[in-house]
Amino acid sequence: MEPLGWGGILAGIALRFLPVWIGLAATFAISIAFKRRLGLYGKIFDSTVGMIGLGMVLFWVFTALFAGMIATHDPLAVVSGMKNAKLGSPLPEGFAGYPHYLLGGDNLARDVFSRMVMGAREVLKIAPAATLFAFMVGITLGLPAGYFGGTLDMVLSFLANLVLAFPVILLFYLLVTPEIVETGIPVIMAAVLFLLPILFLVLLWNSRYRVAPMQRNVLVAVTLVVGFWLYAGLAFDADPLGLISMPANLLIVFVSVVFVNAPTVFRIVRGLTLDIKTRDYVAAAQTRGEGPWYIMLWEILPNARGPLIVDFCLRIGYTTILLGTLGFFGLGVSPESPDWGSTINEGRRLLSVFPHPALVPALALMSLVLGLNLLADGLREESLRD
Amino acid sequence: MLKFLLRRGGTMLLTALCLTFVVFFLTNLPPNLEKLAKSEASVRMSDADVASWIERNGYGRPILVRYGEWLGVVPGWTNTEADGRLRGRCVDRAPVPAEAPAYCGLLQGYWGFSTFFKAPVGDKLGYHLGLTGILMFWVMMLMVPASLLIGVLAGMREGSRTDRVLSTFSITTTATPEYVSGVVFIVFLASPAGFQLFKGSAASAMDGPTFENFFLPVLTIALYGIGYIARMTRASMTEVMTAQYIRTARLKGLSFGAIVLRHALRNALIAPFTVIMLQFPWLLNGVVIVETLFNYKGFGWTLVQAAGNNDIELLLACSVVAVFVVLVTQLISDVGYVFLNPRIRIA
Amino acid sequence: MTDPAPHPAAEPGTAAAPILEIENLSISFFTRLREIPAVMDFSCTVMPGEAMGLVGESGCGKSTVALAVMRDLGKNGRIVGGRIRFKGRDLTTLGDTELRDIRGKEIAMIYQEPMASLNPAMKVGRQLMEVPMIHEGIGAAEARARALEVVSDVRLPDPARILNAYPHQLSGGQQQRIVIAMALMSKPALLILDEPTTALDVTVEAAVVDLVKDLGRKYGTSMLFISHNLGLVLEVCDRICVMYSGEAVETGAVSDVFDRMRHPYTQALFRSIPLPGADKTTRPLVAIPGNFPLPHERPQGCNFGPRCDHFVAGRCDAADVPMFEVPGQDRHATRCLRFAEIDWSAPAKAARAGEKVPVGDVVLRMDDLRKYYEVSGGLFGGGARKVVKANETLSFEAREGETLAIVGESGCGKSTFAKVLMGLETATSGRILLYNQEIQDTPIEKRSPETVGSVQMVFQNPFDTLNPSMTVGRQIIRALEVFGEGRTDAEREARMLELLDLVKLPREFATRMPRQLSGGQKQRVGIARAFAGGAKIVVADEPVSALDVSVQAAVTDLLMEIQRKNRTTLLFISHDLSIVRYLSDRVMVMYLGHVVEIGSTDQVFSPPYHPYTEALLSAVPIADTHVRKKRIVLEGEIPSAMNPPPGCPFQTRCRWKHEVAGGLCEREVPPMRTLAPGHQIKCHLPAAVLAGMEPVITIAAE
Ligand SMILES: Nc1ncnc2c1ncn2[C@@H]1O[C@H](COP(=O)(O)OP(=O)(O)O)[C@@H](O)[C@H]1O
Ligand code: SF4
Ligand code: SF4
Ligand SMILES: [Mg+2]
Repeated sequence: MEPLGWGGILAGIALRFLPVWIGLAATFAISIAFKRRLGLYGKIFDSTVGMIGLGMVLFWVFTALFAGMIATHDPLAVVSGMKNAKLGSPLPEGFAGYPHYLLGGDNLARDVFSRMVMGAREVLKIAPAATLFAFMVGITLGLPAGYFGGTLDMVLSFLANLVLAFPVILLFYLLVTPEIVETGIPVIMAAVLFLLPILFLVLLWNSRYRVAPMQRNVLVAVTLVVGFWLYAGLAFDADPLGLISMPANLLIVFVSVVFVNAPTVFRIVRGLTLDIKTRDYVAAAQTRGEGPWYIMLWEILPNARGPLIVDFCLRIGYTTILLGTLGFFGLGVSPESPDWGSTINEGRRLLSVFPHPALVPALALMSLVLGLNLLADGLREESLRD
Repeated sequence: MLKFLLRRGGTMLLTALCLTFVVFFLTNLPPNLEKLAKSEASVRMSDADVASWIERNGYGRPILVRYGEWLGVVPGWTNTEADGRLRGRCVDRAPVPAEAPAYCGLLQGYWGFSTFFKAPVGDKLGYHLGLTGILMFWVMMLMVPASLLIGVLAGMREGSRTDRVLSTFSITTTATPEYVSGVVFIVFLASPAGFQLFKGSAASAMDGPTFENFFLPVLTIALYGIGYIARMTRASMTEVMTAQYIRTARLKGLSFGAIVLRHALRNALIAPFTVIMLQFPWLLNGVVIVETLFNYKGFGWTLVQAAGNNDIELLLACSVVAVFVVLVTQLISDVGYVFLNPRIRIA
Repeated sequence: MTDPAPHPAAEPGTAAAPILEIENLSISFFTRLREIPAVMDFSCTVMPGEAMGLVGESGCGKSTVALAVMRDLGKNGRIVGGRIRFKGRDLTTLGDTELRDIRGKEIAMIYQEPMASLNPAMKVGRQLMEVPMIHEGIGAAEARARALEVVSDVRLPDPARILNAYPHQLSGGQQQRIVIAMALMSKPALLILDEPTTALDVTVEAAVVDLVKDLGRKYGTSMLFISHNLGLVLEVCDRICVMYSGEAVETGAVSDVFDRMRHPYTQALFRSIPLPGADKTTRPLVAIPGNFPLPHERPQGCNFGPRCDHFVAGRCDAADVPMFEVPGQDRHATRCLRFAEIDWSAPAKAARAGEKVPVGDVVLRMDDLRKYYEVSGGLFGGGARKVVKANETLSFEAREGETLAIVGESGCGKSTFAKVLMGLETATSGRILLYNQEIQDTPIEKRSPETVGSVQMVFQNPFDTLNPSMTVGRQIIRALEVFGEGRTDAEREARMLELLDLVKLPREFATRMPRQLSGGQKQRVGIARAFAGGAKIVVADEPVSALDVSVQAAVTDLLMEIQRKNRTTLLFISHDLSIVRYLSDRVMVMYLGHVVEIGSTDQVFSPPYHPYTEALLSAVPIADTHVRKKRIVLEGEIPSAMNPPPGCPFQTRCRWKHEVAGGLCEREVPPMRTLAPGHQIKCHLPAAVLAGMEPVITIAAE
C-alpha cells in the first residue's frame, strides 16, 4: 500500500476524531443556547479567549472519553517493520485493522497516533483528580489557618512553606522510587491526605445541618460509608468490594502531585479567608452564634469560589506539566504507559533523527495546558466583570 | 531591620534543618541502604551479609545520631574491623587514622563521599555548581529584562492590540514546559528536520559557552519564566494603571509616558520582584530538565545522577544547595519587597 | 450657619464671562449589554469666584459630569452631545496636548479617597512639585519653595517634614489636605471637588471644609463642589444644582433653592432629612417612596414621575421635560412642568405621627465595663506588646422600648463595645447584665439560642451585610433555624415571609440573590434577619450612614416602627448627630474609649456641653438656612487608641482646657460628674464655666 501524503494524514486524523467533533459541536451549541442560565460557566461563552480555551480542553476531554474509538491501534502493540516509521506509513501487507500509522511509529514500532490518544486518557485520569484532592486538602487546612490565625496558622504556614521550599524535582526523586514504595511511606501519606476530603465533607454537612440532626446524621453516615469505601480502595488497595483499586506506583505519583500542589492552594485559600472574614456577613453569622466551621464552609468558601475556580483550571495544567516531568525522568508510571511525559522521554533519545515520536505528545501536552490557561484567563476576566 | 533579619534567619535555619532531615531520612531508608550495600560490596549478598555490611559501615546507628554525624554535631562512627584495622566516618579520610578528628560533618566542611564520582562530594559539587551558575546568569540576563518589558508594555494599555499579542505570547510560553519547548527547539532549530542553526547538545558549552551551543538551553529555561513573570507584571501593571493615583497624575496634566515611568512603574514592579525571586525553585526544575536534555553537566545533571545512582551523600549535598538557594531567594524577595514598598516599615 | 458665603461673586454689569459653561451635556457609557445614558441634557454655569454645588443621590451622574469636564471618562465613556466650555474654549473637542495643558494648571480635581489619590511610592513633596514643574517649567528649588508655601496654606504643621513623608505616614485628614494642596499648586481657575470629605470623620470634615472655603476665597478659585450632603453644600456654595437620575432637576442660588424650592424632588429630599425641629413622634421624616431608576430603566417623560406626589398622568409622562426658568429669581430653573401650579408651602402629606412609646424596665445594664486588647507593635511581630484600651469604664443602662444613641468618631470604641455585648469578645473587667443575668464572660458559643436571638445587630455596609452567594430567603431561614424558631421547614418558610412583610419587602424577594437588591433593600433584609429571633435588644451600627438620604429616612422609619411594635431596645451607633437628635431618647457620647457625656437627648443637645460634644455639634452640617451655628473647628487629629494622651483623652484638641487650673487636664483623667438627674459628663471644667456655655445651634425666627 502507498504511504499517505500530508493531505491524507490530516484527513485521516480528522476523520478519526469524528466523535470528538460531534461532542464539541453538541456541547457548544447547547451551552451557547442556554448561556444566560448557566452562571459562571455560561459567561465563558461571552469571551473569545475563554471559548477557545474551553474548546481545546474539551477536545482532549472528549478524546480521552472516546479514546477507544479514536485510536487506530493498540498503543502497546508492536508491528515489525514499523520501527521509527515515517508519518502515514502503511502497515505491512496482510495486516488486519487500520492500514496506516497515521503519525508514524516509535522506536519500538508502536503507533504514535494511538499512543497520543491513549495518553490523553492517562493524563486526564490523574491530573484533574489529583488537583481536586489538592484543593480539598488545601481548603480544609487553609480555611482554619486564615480564620483562626494564631499558632495554628503559624504552624500550618510553616509546614506549607517547608514543602514549597523543596525543589519539586528533588521531592519526586526522593518519593517516586521503588524503594520508597517498598517502605510503605506512600500509603501512610495517602492515608493522611485522603482522610482530609472525608473530614471536609463531614464538617460541611455537620455545620450546615446541626440544627436538623436527622438530616445531618443521614448525610454524615452516607459520607462516611462511601468515603471510607473509596478510602480503603484508594489508599490501601483494600476495597472490600474489589471495585476500586490503585496500583502502588500510581498511588505514589498521585500522592506526590497532591502533596506538591496542596501548599499553594493552602496559601491562596488562607489569603482569601483573611480577606473575606472581615466582611459584615461573617460578623452577622458570628453574632447569631454560628460555629466556626459553618462560617468557614458556608459563608466564606462560597464567596471565595471565583479565584479558586480560576486557579483550579491553571492548576490542572500545572499538574499535567508535573506528570509530564515525572514521565520525562522516567519516574513513576510504568515505562510501557502511553502517557505523554514518558513518551517524550523515550522519543528524545533519537530526537534529531526521528523527531515525531517526541514531538507529537509534546504538542498534545502543550495544547491541553494552553487550553486550560486560556480557559482560566477567560474565566478570570468574566468573573471580574460586573 | 536587624531583628527582622534575625527572625528570618532563625526561620530559615529551622526550615533548612527540617528539610535536610527529611531528605536524610528518605535517602537512608532501609531499602536504599540495602541497595547501597549491594552496589558497594556485591550484588549477590545474602540478607545477613547486607545487615552486617550496614552495621560495619556505620549505617546501622539510629537515624538521628547519623543525621548529627552528617551535620558534624555528633562524633563520627568508628569501628574496628576483624583484621584489627580502625575504620570510621572520619578515620577513613584522615591520612593517619589515629589522628582523625572526632567530628566530620557539614559544620567541619566535610560534605561526605560520593559513591558515583568516587571522590569527596565537596570537590565535585563546586565545579558542577559553577557550570549551572553560568547557565543561570545568562538565563537571568535574558529572562528578567524581557519579561518585565513585555509585562509593562502589555499592561500599560489593557485590551490594546499590543496587549493581546504579548499576552497570547506569554500564555503560550507558560503553557509550554521546558521538556516540550526544548524538544521543539531541538527539532526545529538544531536538527536536520528543521534549520540547523544551533547545537542540540550543550556538552561543549562546559568548556567554552558560545552562542551556538548555549543559546538553546538558556532560551528553553528562560522562556517559561518569561511568560510567567510577564503575566504577573502585566496583572500588576494593569491594576496600577486603574489606581486612583494614576488618575490623579493624569489629571495633573502629565503625559502618558511620564505617568508610566514616574508613577506606575515602581508600584507595578513590587509584585513581580517577589515573583522573580520565588521563581527560583521552579527554575531549578527547568535547570534539571534542560541540563538533562542538553547534556550539560551542571548541578541539575549532578542531582539526576545522584538520585539515579543512589549516591546518598551527593544527593544530600544537592538538596542542601537547592534548599539554600530557595531560602536565600525568599529572604531577598522579602527584604527587597520592603525596600521597594515604602508602605512597609520594619519594626 | 456660618457667615453667609461672601464670595466675590461677579458684579452684575461688569458681566464677567463664565469660567465653566456646560450646555446640554449628554454622556453615555457603552457596555457589552447596552448603552448606559449616565447624564442627559445637563447644563450649568460657574462664574469666576463662584462655588457651585452639585447634589444628588449616588449614581445620579455627579461624578460623571465632573470627569467629563476633565475629559477623563475612561475607555467606555463618551460625551454623546452638548458642549463644555471652559473660559470660552470647548473642552469636548480639545486634543491630547491641549488637554494636558489645562489639566492640573487650569482645572484641578480632588476626589473622595485621599489615600488612593496619592502615589504610595513617591514622597509627598515630589508629587506636589511635579505640578508646577510640568506646567510652568520652573526648577526643582522653586517648585519646592512653592510646595512649602502651599502646604502651610493648607494648615499642615511642619511643612518641611511633611514634604519628606510618604503618604501612608500621614493621617486621612492630612492626606486630604495634601491632595488639596496639590490641586492648588498651579493656582487653577476651577477646582472640582468630588465628595472630598466623605471618607473623613465629622470633626475632620468640618476643618477641611473650612479650609476649602478659605482657600477658595484666597486664591479666587471657582469651585464645582460635589456632595450628597445638602448641609455641606449650604456651608460651601453660592449656587446649587440638584441632580436626579442623570438630569439637573433644579438649579439656582443656594438660598432660593433651600427656601423656595420649585421641584418636588428637591422638596422631598429636604423632607427626608432630619433637620433640627424634626421629631420622630410629632414631625416624622417623610421618605421618598419607590426607588431610584437605573439609567437604562428611566420612565417616559419626567424621570421623577413614578415617585412624585404631584404626578399627573398624561402630562408628566408625555414627553421629556425641559428646564423652566422660575421667574423673578436669579437664574433659578426647574425641570418640573407643574412648578407654577403646586402649592409649595403645603405641609407634607404622610406624617402619621406615631404615639410615643412608654419606656419600660431596665433590660441591659453595663457596669464599669472595660475591654483592653493586647497588640504587638510592628509588622514583623517585633516591638513591645502594647495595651489598647478600647473601652474604659463604660457604665449605662438601657430600658425596654428605649433608643439609646452612641455617638463618636472612628476609633472611639463603638464597635468594640458592640462586640463585647454580642459576646464575640469577653470583657476585661466590669459587668454586663442582660435581664439581670451576667453575660460579660459568656462568649457567644456558650450563650443559649434565646439569649443570642434576643441581642442582635444591624450592620453598616449594605453591600457587605448579606452573603452574596445565598438567596435572601435562605439567609433569613438560616437565622430562624439557628435561633430555634419554628418546628418544621414549612413553619420557618412562613415565618420568613412574615419577616419580609415586616420590613416591607415584596415576598418574591425571598428567592433573589443579594446582588439583585438595592442598598436600602439589602439593609431591610439585614433588619429582618436581626429580628428573626424576636430580638429584644438591637445594636444598629451606623445602619443608614451608607445609604442615600432619601432611603435613610425610610430605613430609619422602619426601625422605629418595628421598635414601637415589639418594644425593642435600640442601641443606635452613629456619628451623625442630626439623625441621633431625631430618633434617640438618650445619647451617650464616646471619645477614645471613654464615655464623655451621657444624658437625655435634650440634655446633651443643649448647654452645658462636654467640650467634645460641643465640637461635634458644631461640626455637623445642617441643611437649613435658618439655623445659626457657632463655628468651632477642632485642630489636630484624633489620637490613636494605641497611644492615647495622658490625662483627659480630649485634651489635645480641647478649646476649653485653659479654663481648668493647674494643667489638671493633662495629668488626670476627669471623673464622671452628674450635672442633672441622668446627665453626666467627664470633664474637669468648673461648674461656673459650664453654666456659661452658649448653645451651638440656634434657629432664627422665620
Ligand atoms: N465606567 C462606567 N461604565 C458603566 N457605567 C458607568 C460607569 N461609570 C458610571 N456609570 C454609571 O453612570 C451612572 C452615574 O454614575 P456617577 O457619575 O458615578 O454617579 P454619582 O457620582 O452621582 O454617584 C451610574 O448609573 C453608574 O452606574
Ligand atoms: S413634572 Fe410632574 S412628575 Fe415630574 S416633578 Fe413635576 S409634577 Fe412631578
Ligand atoms: S477635662 Fe479638660 S481637656 Fe478634657 S474636656 Fe474637660 S476641659 Fe477639655
Ligand atoms: Mg460619585
